[in-house]
Amino acid sequence: MIPQDVLDLLNNLTIFTLAILVGFAVISKVPATLHTPLMSGANSIHGIVLVGAMLIAAEVDDPIGYLLAFVAVAFATMNVVGGYVVTDRMLQMFRKKPAARKPAEADAEAQA
Amino acid sequence: MDTLGVIEVLVRVLWIAGAVCFVLGLVRMNSPATARNGNLLSAGGMAVAIGATVVLILARQALGDGFSAVGWIIIVLGVALGGGLGLYTARSVKMTAMPQLVSLFNAVGGGAAALIAIEDYLNLAGANAAVPLSTNVFIVLDIIIGSITFTGSLIASGKLQGMIPGKPIMVPGGQLVTLALAAVTVIAAVILFVTGTPNVALMLVILAAALIFGVTMTLPIGGADMPVVISLLNSFTGTAVAMAGFVIDNPVLIIAGALVGASGAILTKLMADAMNRSVINIMIGGFGGGEGTVGAVAGAGGSVRDVSVDDAAIQLAYAERVIVVPGYGLAVAQAQHGVRELAELLEARGVDVKYAIHPVAGRMPGHMNVLLAEANVPYPQLKEMDDINPEFPRADVALVIGANDVTNPAARRPGSPVSGMPILDVDHAKNVIVMKRSMGRGYAGIDNELYTLPQTGMLFRDAKEGLSELVAAVKAL
Repeated sequence: MIPQDVLDLLNNLTIFTLAILVGFAVISKVPATLHTPLMSGANSIHGIVLVGAMLIAAEVDDPIGYLLAFVAVAFATMNVVGGYVVTDRMLQMFRKKPAARKPAEADAEAQA
Repeated sequence: MDTLGVIEVLVRVLWIAGAVCFVLGLVRMNSPATARNGNLLSAGGMAVAIGATVVLILARQALGDGFSAVGWIIIVLGVALGGGLGLYTARSVKMTAMPQLVSLFNAVGGGAAALIAIEDYLNLAGANAAVPLSTNVFIVLDIIIGSITFTGSLIASGKLQGMIPGKPIMVPGGQLVTLALAAVTVIAAVILFVTGTPNVALMLVILAAALIFGVTMTLPIGGADMPVVISLLNSFTGTAVAMAGFVIDNPVLIIAGALVGASGAILTKLMADAMNRSVINIMIGGFGGGEGTVGAVAGAGGSVRDVSVDDAAIQLAYAERVIVVPGYGLAVAQAQHGVRELAELLEARGVDVKYAIHPVAGRMPGHMNVLLAEANVPYPQLKEMDDINPEFPRADVALVIGANDVTNPAARRPGSPVSGMPILDVDHAKNVIVMKRSMGRGYAGIDNELYTLPQTGMLFRDAKEGLSELVAAVKAL
């Protein structure tokens, strides 16, 4: 009989290994043109750590725990929100044909 | 199964749905046409996973643990602060400052992962029970990797922002310090694993050593190696988040972390290959002198020919095929709009304009593509190295803007610091115009043989001002 905690560990390792293989398979096809948005998008995905930070925050009951959980939630949210927004900003710029827009508009966007 | 049990199951199903969205979102990153959609899908998956977590916490508190007002205050304040900062910086950042922002987001992600492990360990220490080896290993790995990423990415971000000098910073005995820190970390970790009793002091030693290690690891690495460093740190954060998933037994953290770890690893390998150097060699650091540290040495190793703006404009305007080779100098000068303006003028005259993008041009993977996309350059014109190299012999003019080492023909011969590095075959073009501020050397600290070739003309200008002069000159023709 395998003890339950060892079984849990094996399950988690299985998930981990398969997810790495999926990552390799999916990412190796991305063209160099999209490497920056890819990295930035992947960056946002690891913001999932917010889920962990929230679960921890709901259970802390001492001042040090409050502080750690607060910083963890703030860090993770910054990662999620900033990551997705900045990736979207990058990706909306990729166009197949030059869009008809005035240079002034482009400059204003560059300043923004 | 009671109500709480049903909710727990449903929440886990929703977490799986979130993970599916992450994978499908990444699949859609394979083409510029679907990439934006893919990012939105990924963001949707994230929203589902976070929403499900809110429901889970509420259900647990309503049906069992009792309501924790402090917990919610922490979550709401943390989300408000982090979300506000993230939103503000992401919307206000200039495209040229993108690498440092991505690096900053990477830092906070790694920091959050490390904090989860620290808090978990403090809980275990509070309970004062023996810690199982498996829990111990993942907690320690999470703290180490997360902390290294946190400080390492902050230093990388500071270097890219210019707050910390971009050139390699070598502290005397720095390598020894790094090695000593690594040794301390390993020894402390082994003691924790073997004894199995919670030891907060040792955990703090590991934390401190890993935080300092992140700094000493990143400081000696110079600017042009940043694409590798950023990819590697991105991979580290993913791994740290996966470790956090092991610590709190949460599959969605494991899946998402592993995906990011794998993607970062692939990018790291691609970037290192594009420089023909091993990741280890790059991480040891100290390569080259950093840009601009060697002053103007006009004429070193051969004579260079100056070309006037008017001559350059004539060559470009009457060419059939022009290939633009952008480099970091273009980003520094924020000249991406200027280059697009020049290209549009040339295209209006019937010139075929393409862009040759070296994989490590700029400060992060794909940096040039994003800058040119910002300037509204259609992505089909952006060509990768292997696709464009056969076209250089047919090009009438290659216009090199702020790129150096990636065009140096010396890379084809052994015996130079850039030997073996894949380069753009700019020297095969019929004419070459190099726009750069001075004869200062590139990152590798060597002279570029391209500049002394007979078909090369040097236009000593800052990229932005040079391009606007070229635009004016072409218009006047």
